[in-house]
Amino acid sequence: MSLTLFAVQTLNGLQFGLMLFLVAAGLTLVFGVMDFINLAHGVQYMLGAYLTAVLAKVTGGFFTALLLAMPLTLLLGLVLERLVFRPLYARGHLDQVLATFGVILIVNEAVKLAFGAAPISVPVPEILSGSVRLMDGLLFPVYRLAIIGAGLGTALLLWLVIDGTRFGMLVRAGATNAPMVSALGVDVRRLFTAVTAFGAMLAGFAGAMVTPILSVEPGMGDGVLILAFVVIVVGGVGSIRGAFIAALIVGLVDTLGRSFATDLLKLVMSASTANHVGPALSSMAIYLLMAGVLAFRPAGLFPSRSAG
Amino acid sequence: MLSVRGLSAGYGAARVLFDVDLEVGAGEVVALLGRNGMGKTTTVRAITGLLPPTAGEIVFGTTRLDGSPPHKAAQAGIGLVPEGRQIFPTLTVEENLVATAASRFGPPRWTKERVYDLFPRLRERRRQMGSQLSGGEQQMLAIGRALMTNPKLMILDEATEGLAPLIRREIWSCIATLKAEGESILVIDKSLDALIRVADRHVVLEKGHVVWTGTTAELVADRAQVEKRLHV
Ligand SMILES: Nc1ncnc2c1ncn2[C@@H]1O[C@H](COP(=O)(O)OP(=O)(O)OP(=O)(O)O)[C@@H](O)[C@H]1O
Ligand SMILES: [Mg+2]
Repeated sequence: MSLTLFAVQTLNGLQFGLMLFLVAAGLTLVFGVMDFINLAHGVQYMLGAYLTAVLAKVTGGFFTALLLAMPLTLLLGLVLERLVFRPLYARGHLDQVLATFGVILIVNEAVKLAFGAAPISVPVPEILSGSVRLMDGLLFPVYRLAIIGAGLGTALLLWLVIDGTRFGMLVRAGATNAPMVSALGVDVRRLFTAVTAFGAMLAGFAGAMVTPILSVEPGMGDGVLILAFVVIVVGGVGSIRGAFIAALIVGLVDTLGRSFATDLLKLVMSASTANHVGPALSSMAIYLLMAGVLAFRPAGLFPSRSAG
Repeated sequence: MLSVRGLSAGYGAARVLFDVDLEVGAGEVVALLGRNGMGKTTTVRAITGLLPPTAGEIVFGTTRLDGSPPHKAAQAGIGLVPEGRQIFPTLTVEENLVATAASRFGPPRWTKERVYDLFPRLRERRRQMGSQLSGGEQQMLAIGRALMTNPKLMILDEATEGLAPLIRREIWSCIATLKAEGESILVIDKSLDALIRVADRHVVLEKGHVVWTGTTAELVADRAQVEKRLHV
């Protein structure tokens, strides 16, 4: 385990965590404000990626594609909210889970029909290609740095909106007591539509940003969705701050666990046992983390329903 | 101003309100009385749209409110100070005041500054989180928050419950101030003496039925009879 490798993997974990944050942010608000479980949120991530990949092919430019994909993901979020989610608000969580799981299956198949099952690759945009030398022997891809920058920038923007605007106040108030917000004259349905669409766009943005480094394929949002749920449970449902911290923790634990668990285990057990246990343990690491957090803080790190 | 006729409501199969009639005129203070669990809060929830009524008519001004969502009642001009205060714990005091502030009927009579003048303690604590306030301060904040919607009618549900005598007096004097300004108020409270001082008319609920109604003068004359319905 070299220091350089550790530094590289820390940056990778950070980048992964920030993308998770973009997906989890919308999920935690939708869950927090309207008590609505939206499994189809991962679909928004996939659609953001597909729109960007396809538009990049058509227009020939990654940034043009990104710019066009964002309003489209917002629109798709609005359409899904109107057609599928609205009738489900008054229903129980089980109905919501079943219906939005159905959306996953349908959209995954639709994407397969439209673009084929084969992964689509998107080239790294010219000006963000190559690597930079961060320190001796540490080369890191420019594009991944750009993702970290974009993730941090979006997190900052989101924080400014949630913390500093009237809309943000209503979102926070709604996350703790939506009926009261309504009783004070705010149409919480419209608030929720806005939050859902906004959240869909953030997830779509994450999907768009990873197109040059991951393969764009049907079902690519499913794994991300599960991790995003871990993030919001650890962070505290409804809390953006919680989602941010938890996403970074999950991203780092997952990435570092996968690269170093086996090496670390070799210090305490035989090499062959470590080779078996390491990968198994590292794929469980974030769930162990979640269980650990929930054991001590059942409402997550930053519970929004009680306080703080 | 507010006219409730034949209101019935309940939770699932349990019926709580039976044919309740209630009127609040412009500038009038009406008290809603009754023992625990008699349906006072349920009446308020039905009026404000938080609980859809099963029968009856709720008219506020010229707006039919029965069957509409809560924000319609608020937009029509009802300012709710709910049972249990229900201030937003993750918002600061000031954010609690401004988040849902509105002035739907001309220039606002209530601004942040006027609320702070009414409750100077809130000004001192404007940057603190709602969750950090004492019970009395939370109550003041809940009143200020409702005033910031610049309502035509204030509904106060047990605004003095569980508060120290000194804070209670402050809340009552605030209600008297609002009355003096011509605010219409529907007030729910357990203290008959305080209600006699501030209210114009009284409505007593028992098991979801209106069992007594009259002016303050009539209440004073009939006090023994009414008190029997309020104490166990
Ligand atoms: N959410 C609910 N679900 C089911 N029943 C309820 C609910 N809320 C109240 N009730 C019942 O409805 C009846 C009336 O309750 P309500 O809260 O309106 O009484 P109240 O007059 O406001 O009493 P209090 O003085 O204790 O506030 C009670 O029997 C109560 O148990
Ligand atoms: Mg009550």
